[in-house]
Amino acid sequence: MSSLDALDSRIPPSTRRIQTITILGGCGKNGVPEQLRRVDLKMGDIVSVVGPTGCGKTTLINDIELYANGTTPTGRTVLINGEPHPEDYLADPSSNPIALISQHTNFLSDLPVHVFLETHARIRGVASPARAIEETVSFANQLTGEPIILENAMTELSGGQTRSLLIADAIVIGNSPIILLDEIENAGIHRTRALELLKGYEKIFIFVTHDPRIALLSDFRIVMRDGAMQKLIVTKEEEKGVAQEIRKLDDLLLGLRQRIRSGDELDSSYLNEKLHELGYVA
Amino acid sequence: MKLAVCAGPPTCGKTTVLRQVTKRLLAKQKRLAFLKIDVQYADEDEIFQKEFSIPTRKVYSGELCPDHCNVMVLGDALRWAEQTAADILLVETAGLCLRCSPYVEGLLGVVVLEATSGMNLPRKIGPMLSLADVAVVTKIDLVSQAEREVFRARIQEAAPGTAIVESNALYGIGVDPLVRRVEQAAEVIPPLFLRGNPPIGTCTICVGKKEIGWQSHFGVVRALENQNFYRGE
Repeated sequence: MSSLDALDSRIPPSTRRIQTITILGGCGKNGVPEQLRRVDLKMGDIVSVVGPTGCGKTTLINDIELYANGTTPTGRTVLINGEPHPEDYLADPSSNPIALISQHTNFLSDLPVHVFLETHARIRGVASPARAIEETVSFANQLTGEPIILENAMTELSGGQTRSLLIADAIVIGNSPIILLDEIENAGIHRTRALELLKGYEKIFIFVTHDPRIALLSDFRIVMRDGAMQKLIVTKEEEKGVAQEIRKLDDLLLGLRQRIRSGDELDSSYLNEKLHELGYVA
Repeated sequence: MKLAVCAGPPTCGKTTVLRQVTKRLLAKQKRLAFLKIDVQYADEDEIFQKEFSIPTRKVYSGELCPDHCNVMVLGDALRWAEQTAADILLVETAGLCLRCSPYVEGLLGVVVLEATSGMNLPRKIGPMLSLADVAVVTKIDLVSQAEREVFRARIQEAAPGTAIVESNALYGIGVDPLVRRVEQAAEVIPPLFLRGNPPIGTCTICVGKKEIGWQSHFGVVRALENQNFYRGE
């Protein structure tokens, strides 16, 4: 993809330097020290955070976003390249290498989409803003069902459009080297397309997820329980094989979902045909 | 003694920011006094008294405009704070007036704005922002990073000389740079002057004339089709 090469040359040297994030364990919900005492993420890693609802997944990525220094409720410490973060990361958001796309982030801005993106591109010193905006919107439109119109107010965007634009903006205009995505599967966007697009970028991606397809696409996953990091599972060859089957089943379900969405009715012959195509029934 | 005056629209998080500042200054062995100015209701003095056991006062401006009241009472308040042996007097204003600003020449002025309040807020609130030394942006956890950046740019446009501090004041994140500004603020040396320019002329409305229409008023008045003009003796 030629546009990706163009993006790479825009990465400012200060952010290119980021090589690792280290999470030093703190305590779980009941004050018990976390079993996993240290996690190192390096540039290019795709990582998932998994565990039941309420187990502290979002708290973990909030700690990362805040560059926790032992003073957040978990007592975790987050290091960048092995050291505490530079102060300007939090003083000026445009120097912050981390972008968090949360489950409940909504645009509150009353500006039209193009004014918002133009302003953001200007702040970030993007060399050719017009092209970057076009790229951002075309990226976002690949993730959402209904295309985003530049003249619309940000507050008029649907949930799916909002999340798509947030992700596209963080990657293209923000060009953030570290991207945290909280339950992208609930975002109302084309998540498989999102994963394909994201894989083309050299960044650290951290997904909070319940989705086996996203979890198995990761290089490794952090398992959470009772507010604590329990263990780290590296995705092995066998799981990657399983991931292929999950992909088929998932595509089957997505196909069914698409039919429901477009107002069609489902019948067993359609389902049988699909299962046959996949080799699940004779 | 030092003085820090804090303004900002209602419910923007002034009190939450000042509580974090107070907590940190007390941990550094500073002695504080706290004054709240509001129009008709405030309980921040009780909150600060209970939480931090520091001397607190409150003033209701009532019939006066709150920034007007601030000018009137601040001299007495500084003497009161000095008597309590405070190192720093923190003043939390009502934060209503978009025409005036409560800051004092040469002394620290802080405005608090919420990140959720819309991109045009920095353009709307006039000297409350443009004459502040520091703008604290609160509730940053509720908006996307991209929006924080654009909001920041809007503040810089409206107030190029104002330092910007972003904070999630509930957690106390990002408050430290503000604490440093308070610690390094200038000492109070009278005479003190209001930083901004007060409104032009004597206001007949302020003195109680209620009739609608410029024909019923004198001094500097204004008609819909005209700029300000002088009417009267």
